Amino acid sequence: MASKRKIATCSLAGCFGCHMSLLDIDERLLELLELADFDRSPINDIKAIHGVVDIGLIEGGVCNVENVHLLHHFRDHCRILVAVGECAMTGGIPSMRNHHSLKSCLEESYIRGVGVENAHIPDDPELPLLLNKVYPLHEVVRVDYYVPGCPPSADALWHVLSALVTGRDPHLPPALLKYD
Amino acid sequence: MSPDSKKTFRLDGREIPFREGQTVFDAAMAAGVYIPHLCHNPDFEPHSSCRLCTVIVNGRPFASCTQPAVAGQDVRSDTPELNEMRRDLTDMLLVEGNHYCPACEKSGSCRLQATAYALGLQDSHFPQLFPHRDVDASHPDIILDRDRCILCGLCVRISRSVDKKNVFTMTGRGIATTIVVDSPSGLLADSKVSRDDEAVQHCPVGALMMKGEAFKVPIGQRPYDRAPINEDSVARFRAREAALHG
Repeated sequence: MASKRKIATCSLAGCFGCHMSLLDIDERLLELLELADFDRSPINDIKAIHGVVDIGLIEGGVCNVENVHLLHHFRDHCRILVAVGECAMTGGIPSMRNHHSLKSCLEESYIRGVGVENAHIPDDPELPLLLNKVYPLHEVVRVDYYVPGCPPSADALWHVLSALVTGRDPHLPPALLKYD
Repeated sequence: MSPDSKKTFRLDGREIPFREGQTVFDAAMAAGVYIPHLCHNPDFEPHSSCRLCTVIVNGRPFASCTQPAVAGQDVRSDTPELNEMRRDLTDMLLVEGNHYCPACEKSGSCRLQATAYALGLQDSHFPQLFPHRDVDASHPDIILDRDRCILCGLCVRISRSVDKKNVFTMTGRGIATTIVVDSPSGLLADSKVSRDDEAVQHCPVGALMMKGEAFKVPIGQRPYDRAPINEDSVARFRAREAALHG
C-alpha cells in the first residue's frame, strides 16, 4: 500500500466555519485517516509544518502580517495548496472593509464605537499589523485548487479531499458548486 | 409570409429549426439548447453586450442574441474554447464588482452566480478590484446597489421601452462606466421610478432590488437551488415560445 498522505490546515482571516465543515464530514473522517495523517492543523494543535506535506488547506483571506507569513509557510511546505471557502478565494466578508480606509475602520471600532470606554486603538506589540486591505490567497501566493462556498459543504470538501488524496481531479460536480 | 418550418441551421452538429426573423439564440433555446447569457432577456430587445452568448458562425464569432438564423449555417457553441472564454468573462464580471455571495440577498436567484455554476467556475484567476461604488437606498421601496451591477443595460432598456420613463442610463467609459438615475438629485427617491416598474423586476443580479424582500425564500428553495440555470432558462424559453407561437 502506498504511504499515507499528509494534510495541513490553517485559518487566516476566516471564521473557522470551513474547519467546522471539514469536521462535518463525520464518519468519513475515519476513512480519510486511513489515507492521510494531519500535520499542522488547529484540529491537533500542531503549530508548524515539519518537512513537506502533500495537501495544505487554507481557510480565510489575508488581512495581516501574520497571515502573510503563515501563507508563505504553507506555500513553501505544501505540494498542493487549496484555497478553501469564499474568504480564501475572494477575500469574502472580511474584505468588505476594503471599501473603507484602515484608519476609519479602526476608529469606528475602537474610538467612535457604541459603548467604547478608554478609547484608543490597540497597539500591543503582540498584535499582528493589519494590512491596508484584505486579499484573496491567489494574490499573495500561487494556489493550486479552490473549494468555493461559505462554508463549502462537507460533501464538497470530502469530494475534493478524497480526490486529492487518491490523485484524482478535484473538480466539483454542479450540485456541490456553491458560493454561499 | 407563411412560416417555413423546414428551415434549419446546424448547431454543434445538430439540425435546429427556425422561423424567419429568429435569432440563432432564440432558435437554439426553443430547440432546448442552452446558450449561456446575462444581458439578454428574450422578452426585451437584445443588447449583445455581455458576449457570453458568443457562438462561432461559419468560422467567425458573433453574439447569438442578435445574430439572425440563416438556413444552412454552421454554428458552434458548446466548445472547450468558447466555454473557457465564457468562464473568463464571468470571472471578470465577478472580480470587477463587489459580489459577496454569502452576504447577498440575491444569492440563489442571481443569474451571474447561477451562470458561473453552469460554467463550472470553481477557481479564480484575476485580482479582485474592490471598486468603490455608490449605493442608492433613498427610495422607500427600491434599492440600487451599484456594487453588484454588471452593466447589462436591462434596466436602461426596459425603463425606456416598456415603462416609458427613462429612469436609468449609463455614464462614463470603460471600467468607469456606471448606472445613473434621471432625477434632479441623481437619487432614486427623486426619480419617476416606482415599485411596479418592469425595469426593477428583471435585474439579473442584486443591483436593483425591492426592499423588505430579503431572504424571504429559504436556502434550498431559491430558484437556482431547485433547477440549474441551464435547465431553468430552457424551460422558461420553451414555455414562452409555446405561449407565443403554439
